[in-house]
Amino acid sequence: MELKILFGILISTIFINNYVLSQILGLCPFLGVSKKLDSALGMGLAVIFVMSLASFFTFLLYKYILLPNDIVYLRTVSFILIIAALVQLVEMIIEKLSPALYQSLGIFLPLITTNCAILGVALLNINSGFVTAELGLLKSIVQGFGGGVGFTLALLLMAGIRERLETADMPENIKGLPITFITAGLLALAFLGFSGMKV
Amino acid sequence: MNYLSEFTKGIWKKNPILVLGIGLCPTLAVTTSVSNAFWMSIAAAFVLTCSNIVISLIKKIVPSHVRIPIFITVIATFVTIVELLLNAFQPAVYKSLGIFIPLIVVNCIILGRAEEFASKNGVLASILDALGMAIGFALTLFVLAFVRESLGANKLFGFTIIPGMEPSSAMIIAPGAFFTLGLMLWGMNKINSRKK
Repeated sequence: MELKILFGILISTIFINNYVLSQILGLCPFLGVSKKLDSALGMGLAVIFVMSLASFFTFLLYKYILLPNDIVYLRTVSFILIIAALVQLVEMIIEKLSPALYQSLGIFLPLITTNCAILGVALLNINSGFVTAELGLLKSIVQGFGGGVGFTLALLLMAGIRERLETADMPENIKGLPITFITAGLLALAFLGFSGMKV
Repeated sequence: MNYLSEFTKGIWKKNPILVLGIGLCPTLAVTTSVSNAFWMSIAAAFVLTCSNIVISLIKKIVPSHVRIPIFITVIATFVTIVELLLNAFQPAVYKSLGIFIPLIVVNCIILGRAEEFASKNGVLASILDALGMAIGFALTLFVLAFVRESLGANKLFGFTIIPGMEPSSAMIIAPGAFFTLGLMLWGMNKINSRKK
């Protein structure tokens, strides 16, 4: 039974409530890193990692420190600090393991901190009532992981399309950001097809 | 230093959304109605101005390698203030903007201006910079919300435009947001290329 609910959360965050294409979160990296497939993949993996960890830590912080001490109003400040620390960690790991990937992600790595999808997922975990729910911690982590996978999926789709757009014939003024937004709109329309699904 | 140009650059020449392409998530997510866009602009303008003031005041005592966490903490503090104020005085707005109020913290415009401008310039210039950027942000939000609310909900400022017409609901959800901004950027490119 619980497994079914967890699976439902996973599917719903990847497809139905995809953070990028249906909730409009995390657009800056979505547009910034979607020019090439391999850097999109690296970025996506980093986001999945940070998002799952952020869900885990912010949940514990909220449930065991902020809530009992009645300092819930500090959640925005404390969550963003946790995320900043996690991003710093990921940055150091990637720099050690794969300097090439580190180079190609460039400025966007520290910018994961200001990826609103990550703070968004931390806040949504709280708003979805997971704190008082049974297996809340597990549900939060699954929501964070699913959100990251959904983000990666959108990023990879976009990167694949944009690599082809480079060579496509179109008016000069629509090149670059305008056509990217219109493509994102079409992708979002396609993802609307999932919204009738019930899990 | 020319103070007037610090103020006006944010409105068109360096418009944060249309030219720099930052701060997109709140832009697209809250422009479902003009009133949401209005309150979002007010909240962002308050946070941007206050954080620019504080950051330009503390710029000399902040060690450069930990500056980003410090800036974010300053910004998050002002966002918390806005959150509490809105919750107390405008509960309906607080509810309809939802998680996008705390998400002002990660609005790249605010951190971007802190890093690029307030940490290098004086208080007066930083205030003008913040106000100009806030106006540019607000105008873009207004245009987007105007188009999306009138087409997607057949309403403006809460009043029905054409009674009995079926609105195209795709405009109010994510695809409409992407299309409208894409077309706006196209128009902007066209105007700019004609000027040259």
